Amino acid sequence: MVRLITHNLLACHAKGCTTNNFPLQFKDVSIELREAEFNADFLKGLLPRIEWKALVDAARQLGDTSLPLEQPEMVDDEFLKNLHHVLLEMHIEEGAMVCPNCSHVYAISNGIPNMLLSEHEIA
Amino acid sequence: MSRPELQAPPELYYGDTEAKKYTNNTRVQQIQADMTYRALELLSLPEDEPALLLDIGCGSGLSGEILDEEGYNWIGVDVAPSMLEVALEREVEGDLFLQDIGQGFGFRPGSFDGAISISVLQWLLNAETSHPTSSPPHRLTRFFTTLHSALRNPSRAIFQFYPTSDDQIQLITSIAQKAGFGGGVVVDYPNSKKARKVYLCLFVGSGGAQQVPKGLDGEEEVGSEKAKFEARRERSGKKTNKKRKGIKDRDWILKKKDLYRKRGKESVPNDSKYTGRKRRAAF
Repeated sequence: MVRLITHNLLACHAKGCTTNNFPLQFKDVSIELREAEFNADFLKGLLPRIEWKALVDAARQLGDTSLPLEQPEMVDDEFLKNLHHVLLEMHIEEGAMVCPNCSHVYAISNGIPNMLLSEHEIA
Repeated sequence: MSRPELQAPPELYYGDTEAKKYTNNTRVQQIQADMTYRALELLSLPEDEPALLLDIGCGSGLSGEILDEEGYNWIGVDVAPSMLEVALEREVEGDLFLQDIGQGFGFRPGSFDGAISISVLQWLLNAETSHPTSSPPHRLTRFFTTLHSALRNPSRAIFQFYPTSDDQIQLITSIAQKAGFGGGVVVDYPNSKKARKVYLCLFVGSGGAQQVPKGLDGEEEVGSEKAKFEARRERSGKKTNKKRKGIKDRDWILKKKDLYRKRGKESVPNDSKYTGRKRRAAF
């Protein structure tokens, strides 16, 4: 159940991994589409918090090209619908997320990412 | 029995059976729900604005379900895989993470509008190994600093927890303050043994302008802290307390006599004004 909204907020938290630790790269992922309730206000409130490039890259990697490369100035309904779909309806069920800096692998199984660190990785 | 956090680390204590037991217990459900509502009240988010919340120690999603109902988007973290499995079965809306909060979060700064945590913090107060990163102060520091950065400015984080002593409260609040949080402890129903609940209210930002809310005081709320069928028990108790009316009153006697006459029984006494009347005290 990792959605792209969560992925977009998530950086690596292993010891000493403080730069270039975002976004985590997807590896061997399988996705599932599940409908979610559309809430325009929530999306508008969320927009400033989104790292746009990371979101578009992740979406393209998962095979969704509905979002423009640059964050548009004007927010219209169609854009919000696409954003809603990408952020909240695409669930990553299996696979892994890999830190681009320290290559820590966060395995995703059954939709739940394993964020546990081993003893030497705890900051 | 001793407290659960003293028996085993959470990921072991909440194994498959305990996770199911915990989630299906209606009393636990009720208490968790009440505390979640109270935590949301203390969080005092602006109304009618959708928010993204972090549920720390979401467990099987008992609190998450309420967040769903209230229309919040949320992300939950928990360290017990069995609990998360139950949460998956219950099909909660939020994203779930298997994460040890004592190891810190990796969320980007300013990600969340608020955080709640129901009955979790006490689990951070026990060292599981002798490794330096396993000591409670270290884990609390890591937890509060990463949480502080993951929250927006201004925002709040509300933790309901079960401290065993004032020293524990002292330790937690001092570490939270060092991590940059403002705020303090709110105690609901401080004089009740059962209903007493401790909430840690932490604020991010706005230069101390935020006030620590007042704890609920006085009588326990009617119904909220009671077992499910307590009301029914009370009702039946009241009935027996009332002075019971005798069954064999005048009407009953007249009916019986009538019946005997109809059946042709002899020597049925005549009805009079004395029928069914109490004898006066003999002395």
